Amino acid sequence: MNPRKDLITIDALNDEDIRTILDSTSAMKDIFTRSVKKVPALKGKSVLTLFYEPSTRTRSSFEVAAHRLSADVTTFTVSTSSVVKGESVHDTIDTLMSMKMDYIIVRHKHSGIPAVIARHCKASVINAGDGSHAHPSQAFLDAFTIKEKYGDVAGRRVVIIGDILHSRVARSTSTILRRLGAEVAYMGPGPLVPPQQHTGIPRFTNWDQIFEWKPDVIYLLRVQNERIDSPFFPAADYHAAFGVTEERLRRIDDLDMGIMHPGPVNRGVEICDAAMDYRNCLINNQVENGIAARMSILYHLTPKTQSND
Amino acid sequence: MPSISKEQIERALDAWAAHLLQTTAAAQQGSTLAIVGIVSNGDVLAQRLVEKLASAGCHALYGAIDITLYRDDIDLRGKRPALRSSHLPFSTDDLTLVLVDDVLSTGRTARAALDVLWEYGRPERVELHCLTDRGGRQLPIQPDYIAFDLSAEQSPEVKVFLTETDGRDEITF
Repeated sequence: MNPRKDLITIDALNDEDIRTILDSTSAMKDIFTRSVKKVPALKGKSVLTLFYEPSTRTRSSFEVAAHRLSADVTTFTVSTSSVVKGESVHDTIDTLMSMKMDYIIVRHKHSGIPAVIARHCKASVINAGDGSHAHPSQAFLDAFTIKEKYGDVAGRRVVIIGDILHSRVARSTSTILRRLGAEVAYMGPGPLVPPQQHTGIPRFTNWDQIFEWKPDVIYLLRVQNERIDSPFFPAADYHAAFGVTEERLRRIDDLDMGIMHPGPVNRGVEICDAAMDYRNCLINNQVENGIAARMSILYHLTPKTQSND
Repeated sequence: MPSISKEQIERALDAWAAHLLQTTAAAQQGSTLAIVGIVSNGDVLAQRLVEKLASAGCHALYGAIDITLYRDDIDLRGKRPALRSSHLPFSTDDLTLVLVDDVLSTGRTARAALDVLWEYGRPERVELHCLTDRGGRQLPIQPDYIAFDLSAEQSPEVKVFLTETDGRDEITF
């Protein structure tokens, strides 16, 4: 792929970039089976994780990925940093640039902050989730998980269920899957799913329509209470209307569908306990593939920290 | 442009396999023999050598390694090279290991390959066998076996085509 400094959205990538990162993910995953699970590709490089929003999985996934490429990782913890003392994002960027970081992994509750940081520094910036805008590394691990399970993404049908409107995962994952030739549909509470005329993506309102459409993968989103001021609905009602209940799980099993979820899972809301042990539950595959996908992303980006211009 | 034909390559591979049987396999003294090719092309040559050894009654393990993540010039190139999967489903502990590549030049690929091998264990002995040598060494690395020595030709480019990947066997230089 052509030299590229940052990864902010899937839309910014061309088809070759997407293919290259996906293909290399497979080679990265081979490393996990060796006794030495580490390669020297980013030896001596510095990676900073800058998370303005709480996250355990994405952050630790990036950290493991960076360690396996032999990079040094620094964690910038916002709750104990000067940000809570009122430092602006710009001043934080200046501070970070003085630290001579090569890669900065950013998560922020406002859309567009990673792009601003990327414009102002020579380090490679990876968007690890900004507001309801984008989460490109999640998109890569999802696409890779489907490719690994089904051989190819093209021709597969994936229905994404939940609060689509506020979901950066839905946006990035549906974008990459459609770019790779999959068919995507949305399902969820009416006010939380954008209509088809705006997205070009079919909108379902109930499970009957899903079973009729026969997707290969059911992709559940987490109900994000923290992103909605007041919960739109009680958990039990959501589970009955949109969740994978035990009854729906039997149908899913009969039709041999896969289940995916970006995590963390709310048991009893999006998904019943039994579905977590279902034979085609790919949630743990997603976690493992997340490390490989993030290694591939880190490897393919080229920071401008070497040049003097 | 001078070239080496399919027939010459076939004869060279037979001689190469015979050499392996006479020297390397004879000297392995109880340790297992593994032929490991460097991706790309080295893996194809290694596969062919393993098959030739098998038809002569000598069993050798087959492996392939991609050395991209161990290159010393990742930072010097703007574009990151694509990765290929490695296939080394065994520990290299105590093996007599023959590293196979298509073109030997600076020795940097062989250097990186040695680093990769040590991530999989500690081989008893490692030999470097290459289809061609075009000279221009920049590191203290010498091959144990060369099928076609082109180092006197002063040729800037040696290209190896193999049926499995390119549809024909030919070397041009």
